[in-house]
Amino acid sequence: MPVLYESPQTTPEAVALLSKSKGKVHVLAGGSDLLVRMKGGYIEPDVIVDIKRIKSMNVIKKTADGFLIGAAVSCARLGEHAALKKAWPGIVEAANLIGSDQIQGRCTIAGNLCNASPAADSVPAMIAAGASAIIQGPRGERQVAVEKIAKSPGVTTLKKGEVVEAILLPPKQKKSSDAYLRFTPRTEMDIAVVSAAVSLTLGAKGVIEDARVSLGAVAPKALLVKPAAKAIIGSTLDDEALEKLAAACAAACDPIDDKRGTIHFRTKVAQVLAKRAAKIAWQRAGGK
Amino acid sequence: MSLVVNSTINGDPIEFSCEPDETLMDALRNRVGLKGVKEGCGTGDCGACSIRLDGALVCSCLVLGAEAEGRSVETVEGMSDGPKLHVLQSKFLEHAALQCGVCTPGFLIAAQALLEKNPTPTEEEIRYGLAGNLCRCTGYDKIVRAVQDAAKVMNKSSKRKKTSGGKK
Repeated sequence: MPVLYESPQTTPEAVALLSKSKGKVHVLAGGSDLLVRMKGGYIEPDVIVDIKRIKSMNVIKKTADGFLIGAAVSCARLGEHAALKKAWPGIVEAANLIGSDQIQGRCTIAGNLCNASPAADSVPAMIAAGASAIIQGPRGERQVAVEKIAKSPGVTTLKKGEVVEAILLPPKQKKSSDAYLRFTPRTEMDIAVVSAAVSLTLGAKGVIEDARVSLGAVAPKALLVKPAAKAIIGSTLDDEALEKLAAACAAACDPIDDKRGTIHFRTKVAQVLAKRAAKIAWQRAGGK
Repeated sequence: MSLVVNSTINGDPIEFSCEPDETLMDALRNRVGLKGVKEGCGTGDCGACSIRLDGALVCSCLVLGAEAEGRSVETVEGMSDGPKLHVLQSKFLEHAALQCGVCTPGFLIAAQALLEKNPTPTEEEIRYGLAGNLCRCTGYDKIVRAVQDAAKVMNKSSKRKKTSGGKK
C-alpha cells in the first residue's frame, strides 16, 4: 500500500485523520525519530500526519495557566525564547542538549515525550517542572501529567486517534527555578546514560517549600521520585538533606546493565547528578 | 502516488515531484539535481545533508520532500554570489579545511547558520556549534580555523558597511 502524506491545517482535522485512517498512522512533528525509524525499517506507516501546518501547535504562549508550548515548536525555538528560558532554564537546557543544532532545528519536546525513550532529555525536566500534556482526541480534550504518558520504552498511554497538542508548564512561582543534568561519554551528540532534573520553590528564609525530582535512563521510563523531593522540602539544601535526596534517588533506580553503564554506575551517577541539579536549581531560585 | 511540491530553493521558485515518504535530501539530489546535498548516515548523525529550511538549520535526511511545500530551502549551491565565493568557502580553501569534501557542504551551511546567530564565536562555541557535522579527514582543526578566520573577515566587512552607511 502506498504511503499517504497528510498535512492538516487544524487540530480537529488531525484528530479525524488519526482516528479514521486505515492502517498504521503516525504523527510527524520534528521527524527526528519517525524518519530514522522509517529508514531503519522498524516502522512502515500507511499514513503520515504532519502537524507542523497547524497554527495552534506552532506557538509558544504565555497564559494565566503558564507557558503553553505547541507540539510542533522546535527545541531550537525554545532556546531563542528569552522569557521561557528565564522562567524554566532547566527545560530549555534539556531541550538544547538533544542532538545537534540540526536536530534541534526540527525536534520537539512533545515528540521527545511521545517517542517514550527512557533516556529522553526533555522528559525528566518536564516531569520535574510539573508539566502536563494537552491531548486532543476523538473524545475531546484531556490534560495528563507528562510522567503518565510513557508506559514502557517506545510505548505511550495515548489512545487511538489522540495527539499531543501542546505541553503546559505550570505558572512560574516566585523564588523558584529548575535544572537538568545528564551524563554522556561524549560532550555532544550523545544519549543520556543517566539524567536528573530538579525543580524547587523557596519560601521564607530560603527554606525549600516545594520540589519535584525526576530521573532519566535509570528505569523503563523517566521517573518522578517523590521521596527525593520530600528529602529536601523543608530544608535549606544542607548536606544532610542532599544525602537523603541521594539515598532516595538510589532507591528509585532500576536501570539496565549495558556497555554504556552498569547498574552500579548508573545508580551512583544518578545520585551525583540529582545533588548537583538540586544545587543549581537552588542557586537559580535565589538560595544562598 | 507522487506529490507535486512547490518551494523556493536558493531564491528561485521550483516545482518538483516526489514520493510521500521520500526525504527532502533525496528529492533535492535526485529530483532537483542539487548534488551538494550529501548523504552520509541518513539518520541525522553526520550533518552532511545540512540545509536551511525557512532559515532553520536542519538535516534534510530527516525532512520529507513534501514538507518543503511553500517553504524556502537553502543549500550550498546558493551560497556563492555567482562566481564570487562566500567568505566561508574561500576560507575553507585557504585553510585546506577539506580533503575528500563530502562533509564540506554541510559544514559550510552549518557554519553560516552559526555565524549568523553568533558572529564572534570562541573556538569552543565553534566546536559545539559544529558538533552535528562529522568529518573523517581533517581532524576538525583546519575547519575551526577557517570558520574563525571567516568570522573575522565577515565582522570587518560588516563594520565597514555600517561606517559607510553612517556617513550617508
